[in-house]
Amino acid sequence: MSIDTTTSTQLEIRSGRVLDPASGTDQVASVFMTDDRITAVGQAPAGWKPDKVLDAAGKIVTAGLVDLSARLREPGYEHKATLESELMAASAGGVTSLVVPPDTEPVLDEPGLVEMLKRRGWTLNQARIYPLGALTAGLKGEKLAEMLELTEAGCLGFFQADRPIVDTTVLYRAMQYAATYGFTIWLRPEDAHLARGGIAHDGEVASRLGLAGIPVTAETVAIATITTLMRETGVRVHLARLSSAKGVELVRRAKAEGLPLTCDVGIHHLLLTDRDIGYFDSQYRFAPPLRSPADRDALSAAVIDGTIDAICSDHTPTDDDEKNVPFGEATPGASALEMLLPLTLKWAEQQHVPLAEAIARISLKPARILGKTQGPITAGALADLCIFDPRAYWAVTRETLVSQGKNTPWLGRELQGKVAHTICAGRIVYSA
Amino acid sequence: MLTTNPQLTADKKLRHLLTIDGLPKAIIENILDTAAQFVSVGDREVKKVPLLRGKSVFNLFFENSTRTRTTFEIAAKRLSADVINLNIGASSTAKGESLIDTIDNLIAMDADMFVVRHAQSGAPHLIAKHTNLVRPGVAVVNAGDGRHAHPTQGLLDMYTIRHYKKSFHNLSVAIVGDILHSRVARSGIHALTTLGCPDVRVVGPKTLIPTECERMGVSVHHDMKRGIEGCDVVMMLRLQNERMEGPLLPSAQEFYKSFGLTAEKLARAKPDAIVMHPGPMNRGVEIESRIADGAQAVILPQVTFGIAVRMAVMSIVAGGGAA
Repeated sequence: MSIDTTTSTQLEIRSGRVLDPASGTDQVASVFMTDDRITAVGQAPAGWKPDKVLDAAGKIVTAGLVDLSARLREPGYEHKATLESELMAASAGGVTSLVVPPDTEPVLDEPGLVEMLKRRGWTLNQARIYPLGALTAGLKGEKLAEMLELTEAGCLGFFQADRPIVDTTVLYRAMQYAATYGFTIWLRPEDAHLARGGIAHDGEVASRLGLAGIPVTAETVAIATITTLMRETGVRVHLARLSSAKGVELVRRAKAEGLPLTCDVGIHHLLLTDRDIGYFDSQYRFAPPLRSPADRDALSAAVIDGTIDAICSDHTPTDDDEKNVPFGEATPGASALEMLLPLTLKWAEQQHVPLAEAIARISLKPARILGKTQGPITAGALADLCIFDPRAYWAVTRETLVSQGKNTPWLGRELQGKVAHTICAGRIVYSA
Repeated sequence: MLTTNPQLTADKKLRHLLTIDGLPKAIIENILDTAAQFVSVGDREVKKVPLLRGKSVFNLFFENSTRTRTTFEIAAKRLSADVINLNIGASSTAKGESLIDTIDNLIAMDADMFVVRHAQSGAPHLIAKHTNLVRPGVAVVNAGDGRHAHPTQGLLDMYTIRHYKKSFHNLSVAIVGDILHSRVARSGIHALTTLGCPDVRVVGPKTLIPTECERMGVSVHHDMKRGIEGCDVVMMLRLQNERMEGPLLPSAQEFYKSFGLTAEKLARAKPDAIVMHPGPMNRGVEIESRIADGAQAVILPQVTFGIAVRMAVMSIVAGGGAA
């Protein structure tokens, strides 16, 4: 049997507005791809015979989106969502790379589980999966996970998810150990004791509704502890899901000091506040909680000035039964992979942020945190692209959402910005 | 996202009673006026009116309560309703049934009204939203949800204050004790501010005052003597046993020293000030015995008025909002 070397696939995206924060390009051009790489932009290569042409006139062609947090719910929570359903949702949302937190069941604290997840993802031919290993065995905050083994299995970093380490000595040792190998630790800054039993942002709304509060100090005390231990250990840390103005201020100072620190914010925290909880609407329960309008504004300003490096979806699909309960019993979080792009566009419009700048925060910047490149859209680069119509409206309904999780505050509303095609490694993984 | 207030009908009539927060003044006054007509029913030979004849009222107590459940039961029976008491804490939810499934089952038994007590703030809202969807005629009355609201208690407190003080316009009212965990305090605050009371104060240690409490339209005091200075009404709150010692308070004795209502402290209020308490009382913790039994205390009249107020609420919501 001989291998046929003429079977390379040629794909052309014709006449879209190529918007590439990595190269600063913003021009109408065609993009030519051969297999998983971009062959040329603008001028067709000699002898170009495309197998397929996608008409992108009036649409924007940008690098595939990189989401720093998407729960795919496998293994263990297949009743909430499956790898199939959520990777399809990622593609429908223009996301070509996603970071998977380790809070599955069992948790991702063993190389075998990570390898299985990567393999399952690979066979589905959709977005690239970057798992984060558990920082501690079983996420229990007691024993270190096998970070070296997990890295060899494909983990990009180690995360404690929504279960903050209670014992500061364990945190300190975990940071020391990770620093030995130059690994990155991901932490959601929340002091376990100060947040204990809390349901909503400790402020006017929680006081009025009689919901136990999660104070801002739960975040600031944790950031102060983490940055103090960073100075001692030298470990690189990524802070996941900032929620408060005071937290942002601590991060700003730590960065100015030169600590190797990056951070992200969930898109909902840039658009919503605790006021939106209204009459106990459990779709507005998030972890960390939605905070005050002043906090939201400070988060927004921090994304604009670069203190916050990236915006993520913090995709958390769940079934109706876990939201159709009293607010305090509801599972926090929202299904959001398909809303990342339109909500980021909405935020950019509200804040008068240029489109390329906004896109950078959901592609180029998060990729850098992962030590990856996304873009530039030039010859030789990986062909991960998102083609979208920035003006098209679409209704968020149970039917239009591809994700198995229909838990979103935007259900029944219209959003602007619709993905037309998603291309991952030169393959069309989604077409509207 | 703010949606329409689930306790009001499209034409702003009372459909459920879930909270006093956001309730129009006219509705509160209407409930108090209606209650006034029911107060005398208790004095009659036959203590019944036929307003809810043929209606089934389900007392759904997901949290234990004897007093509140009993007063609701009496109120419903005086309105000639059929009353079914369910202590859910001991049955369905213990078997893993969801709240919504429990409600659907009871709706299938043709319930007309649910009186709900639940440990979770907002649980009655969830039930009301659900009944609005599946059986719009079914009314929900909140009998206390978490720390959020206890609207019938708030209303009976207003009835009591109006009974003794006639009007709210020149009153100073102090609410004293564990404000943080108190649904009674929250309902009282909203009722007082809505009815035009110009001076509502909350008094307690910093550990028991909710964050940004001032935003509810009250002034916050940590010194009880100054907090009740010149007050017309002193509303004491119950301190739960489990909160008397721990990170919030060192001991019941120390709490009593600072925030217990003694004759000495009460002397700072107006000479004709009334003393209220939602019960059950912890004598020697929140209140000195001789004050609780003294001439200024109106604690037992509160209980009596409570039945009339609950009759008023039930008759109004059962009438689909019409008074």
